[in-house]
Amino acid sequence: MTAKVRVTLKEGVLDPQGAAIRRALGKMGHQAVQQVRQGKYFELEFEEGAAEEEVRRRSEEIAHKVLSNPIIERFEIEEIQ
Amino acid sequence: MKVKFGVVVFPGSNCDHDTLHVLRDVMGQQAVYLWHRDTGLQGVDAVILPGGFSFGDYLRCGAIAKFSPILESIRGFAAQGGTVLGICNGFQILQEVGLLPGVMLPNRGLKFVCEHVCLRCERNDTVFSRACRQGQLLRIPIAHNDGNFFVTARELEQLEENRQILFRYCDSQGRVTDEANPNGALANIAGVINRQGNVAALMPHPERVAEDLLGGTDGRLLFQSLIESLLAGTETGDRIPEAGRSGPFNRGGREAMDIRGVPA
Repeated sequence: MTAKVRVTLKEGVLDPQGAAIRRALGKMGHQAVQQVRQGKYFELEFEEGAAEEEVRRRSEEIAHKVLSNPIIERFEIEEIQ
Repeated sequence: MKVKFGVVVFPGSNCDHDTLHVLRDVMGQQAVYLWHRDTGLQGVDAVILPGGFSFGDYLRCGAIAKFSPILESIRGFAAQGGTVLGICNGFQILQEVGLLPGVMLPNRGLKFVCEHVCLRCERNDTVFSRACRQGQLLRIPIAHNDGNFFVTARELEQLEENRQILFRYCDSQGRVTDEANPNGALANIAGVINRQGNVAALMPHPERVAEDLLGGTDGRLLFQSLIESLLAGTETGDRIPEAGRSGPFNRGGREAMDIRGVPA
């Protein structure tokens, strides 16, 4: 069973990498892109047959304590399958 | 009477030797390595988390180091009033464990910045800065990719109110300007201290400017401050609690070096 976790910067937090990507896109002719925000994506693989509820609980704990820094980031468990 | 310092070694630390060298050979104090897997603090008077790239800076700077067993001991040491200094990566780790506020974003210019900067000492009434004059300018190098200090607007107000800003990036005249800000740090913050006054950190590397041979000695002021403060504590009998006495047997730094392999 795999949990897919997305970590993104909170609104208002400066994203220098996203800004650099946006500038590069502009130079490539993609001025239509107004803003780029860069995030992180994780796949947590659990053993086959693990209870979904347990996988969700653990994934949330891991995302909260390890994968994200709550000062600047938020996380979302996108999918468990 | 000598002060006994502990320099924490993580896989990927690379300023641990420099720091130990300055403490022992330049400042003439005692210093030992503290391996990150250990929990005993060998009775040190102060703990220094040195610069480097603990665990390759994977995930976020300091994010993996914060789960090393020694951090639990350091947390307890700090809670009892023990003196803890973080340098560069050590700053990032102290933020991750919550002993100091904020987080370091990637530098505004997205480049690793390695250069001498000017710092203004914002307060000299701390154990980390008593050897400085108030407002003194220090020339100390930085070397980091993530030194862009960030806190929420409200937290920044609190830091200012509580006088928790220890050093700011400034120009050679002591003016705190955006041009003098090497990484985009909020309010040009280069160093902060906790409210209790026993945990502090800075992004610049004082251990790299502690000898004339290396082009400067401004960094010595920080170590001198710590030594004076800790020795003064002894004389007045209100010395900070010694750490790690009750902890498990400590393997010591030598073995730690063998495990760690070649420094980056």
